[in-house]
Amino acid sequence: MNLAIFKYAAPMTFYRLAGRMIPWFAWGAGILTAIGLYIAFFVAPTDFQQGEAYRVIFIHVPAAWMSMFIYLVMAFWSAVGLAWNTRLSFMMARALAPTGMVFAFLSLWTGALWGKPMWGAWWVWDARLTSSLILLFLYVGIMSLWSAIDDPRRGDRAGALLTLVGAINVPIIYFSVQWWNTLHQGATISMTKAPSMAATMLIGMLVMAFAAWFYAIATSLVRVRGIILERERHTEWAAEILEGK
Amino acid sequence: MQWASWSEFWAMGGYGLYVWGSYGAALIVILIEIISLRRGQRQTLQRLKRMKTWESE
Repeated sequence: MNLAIFKYAAPMTFYRLAGRMIPWFAWGAGILTAIGLYIAFFVAPTDFQQGEAYRVIFIHVPAAWMSMFIYLVMAFWSAVGLAWNTRLSFMMARALAPTGMVFAFLSLWTGALWGKPMWGAWWVWDARLTSSLILLFLYVGIMSLWSAIDDPRRGDRAGALLTLVGAINVPIIYFSVQWWNTLHQGATISMTKAPSMAATMLIGMLVMAFAAWFYAIATSLVRVRGIILERERHTEWAAEILEGK
Repeated sequence: MQWASWSEFWAMGGYGLYVWGSYGAALIVILIEIISLRRGQRQTLQRLKRMKTWESE
């Protein structure tokens, strides 16, 4: 069995597979967002403590989850890429980063808009907020590192290393509310306790989280196709696509 | 349904700025990402096609 076949076939197969999957995930994201927003504004009740201000949660929590989850997926692909030198893994990491950055930004932005009415401050330098800000800086840093290194293979490795070093920040964000005294409330959902919120609020949040997942998959697949085509442009199959055959 | 009118809906119990500021920002950022993604894709394709024709000449 010649392993080289897999090595060259993988990006081509994946390019086509991704092309077929994108519409499904894009439509899925749109439909889930519509359902999620309907629940968020017309089904979920007013919170007895926070009034209507709590409705920020339907954006804030999914965005915060995705910003951490996408980073972990990037770290996973970086580790796979460094260990087995698989080209597609590095490309996946590159394709995920911009969407992760978007969610990291949204989690901070919506957090500030929620913090102001509830805590009386847009921003406080507490553990949860600070580590979330570091996550945004990590995304920006990794992306600038990639764009600063012209040689794609070297850029891949440098970016992967930075991603893996920065991965230590994700458990810090997640557990910060337990490890340190913080203004930020504890986890909304945990494995060990019953959720501390009304069922319809929880469902709305989960639907929005799935919408964010679908959106992240769709955008990163679009992005990875561009990267694959760019790197494979000297192969026969890529030439065929570029010639519009 | 907890809204008696549209104006009550937009007011969000006095928290309209914070709630709509969050959802509005999400909408804007996502639109920017989708537009730049589409533009980037088109530009990559054009650039690669140009490179292709140079190389074959």
